[in-house]
Amino acid sequence: MNVIKELWQSLIDGLVGLGAVVRFLLRLVVLTPSALLRFDLIVQQIYNAGALSLVIIMLSGLFVGMVLGLQGFQLLQRFGSEESLGVAATIGLVKELGPVVTALLFAGRAGTALASELGLMRATDQLSAMEMMAVDPIKRVVVPRFLGGVIAMPLLAGIFSLIGIYGAQLIGVQIMHVDSGSFWSQMRAGVGLTDINEGIVKSIIFGVACSLIAVYEGYYATPTAAGVGRATTRTVVTSAVVILFLDYLLTAAFL
Amino acid sequence: MNQETSIVEIRNLGYSVSGRAIFDGLDMDIPRGRVTAVMGPSGTGKTTLLRLITGQVRADSGTLQVAGEDMRSLRRAGLYVLRRRMGMLFQNGALLTDLSVFENVAFPLREHTDLPERLVRQLVLTKLQAVGLRGAAELMPAELSGGMSRRVALARAIVMDPEILIYDEPFVGLDPISMGVILRLIRRLNDTLGLTSIVVSHDVREISTVADNVFLLSGGKVVARGTPQELRANPSEVVRQFVGGLADGPVPFHYPATDYFGELLARGEDH
Repeated sequence: MNVIKELWQSLIDGLVGLGAVVRFLLRLVVLTPSALLRFDLIVQQIYNAGALSLVIIMLSGLFVGMVLGLQGFQLLQRFGSEESLGVAATIGLVKELGPVVTALLFAGRAGTALASELGLMRATDQLSAMEMMAVDPIKRVVVPRFLGGVIAMPLLAGIFSLIGIYGAQLIGVQIMHVDSGSFWSQMRAGVGLTDINEGIVKSIIFGVACSLIAVYEGYYATPTAAGVGRATTRTVVTSAVVILFLDYLLTAAFL
Repeated sequence: MNQETSIVEIRNLGYSVSGRAIFDGLDMDIPRGRVTAVMGPSGTGKTTLLRLITGQVRADSGTLQVAGEDMRSLRRAGLYVLRRRMGMLFQNGALLTDLSVFENVAFPLREHTDLPERLVRQLVLTKLQAVGLRGAAELMPAELSGGMSRRVALARAIVMDPEILIYDEPFVGLDPISMGVILRLIRRLNDTLGLTSIVVSHDVREISTVADNVFLLSGGKVVARGTPQELRANPSEVVRQFVGGLADGPVPFHYPATDYFGELLARGEDH
């Protein structure tokens, strides 16, 4: 009986939490037009979330592409169709691995930075100080960070996929000697605009989810050292689960 | 004191957090143009009082008027307008860590006004000069000592020329020199800028040297009010314990607990 009660309670708590996040998102959306007027603040955050994540994204993209090249080659060789490596690797990257792995890395690199920054601002009264100066901290601090993340994420996913394709080509064509002409021509023929659209839509939605989770956790962090730590951890864990769950939903929706 | 106009009027104010009453029937008048100290033991709601006065939290009952505005019915937009007439110094300065000292002081100007850069520069440098830190304009907050951070925060608090300046525990963790500097600034800024200053503190001796009048809070009520001299002469036990710094008295040394021996002798599983 107690177990059911507790399950029911955690379900209620979960729904209340989700409601709070959605309300926070609505507030961000309402404040977005006026925040766009100060684009310099957003550019700064695109730099923080995007440019500073570039190295880790590019390196990971290269390795993931190389692994795809190896595994894909092995698998396709069994059916004698290793020329299709280009199309296989590209579809895998553009539709799945690009958005998903980028989002996971983004949550780890930029999401944690956002959450801990906002949490520390809360803990050191910087957010209250802004309110006392009649400056809305959500508009001045949170919205630019949120938008910066939302804009940076699809760009990073695109870069990840491009470098990944290069990595797959490096292994497939340069080392395993798949014919270069058929690698590229099959890729061009086999990858359609819908595949690329799927990747773009996914990365935008993941960008919204990751940025929202990070700024929400940071903004409402308990203003102590332990609280900021917890907010950072929760950002990564929640983002990872939400990304994979959304990925399933989106993949099913695009079928 | 009654002939003066009050800038903050509190009548029969009630405020409680999760069922526990912080204030119950609080009455207070803070006169315009003076330095008023709010003192009291930790946990008596001094900081909560500031949060009520600045509209960060809302009272449950009674009336609270700040500069003629009813804080209990004031909406967000009105609150933000009122806050432009207030400056607040947070305990640790609360400087924005990603901006330089200059930009921190310029922050309210940049957010609320459209002044030309030359004028912003002039205003910021004047305020920094007033707190003696014009030379530190290009430093980052991380490079400042605790006392310097608070002085920068003070410059930022006065840059919009507020009517009310509120200090939350401005002396905590400062060395005697920095403390002396802040004390002198509180008095000088109050008199030269025609401000009303509200200082929350429990440093009895320090604050007595600058305050025009003092409210002593205990248990969510004003237990004594008057000039620092009047307070020192007050025969009430609560006041004497606080002013004299006595460990035991009406504010007990022991947190309420069960019988000492009974608990020591009790078996482990009872706990």
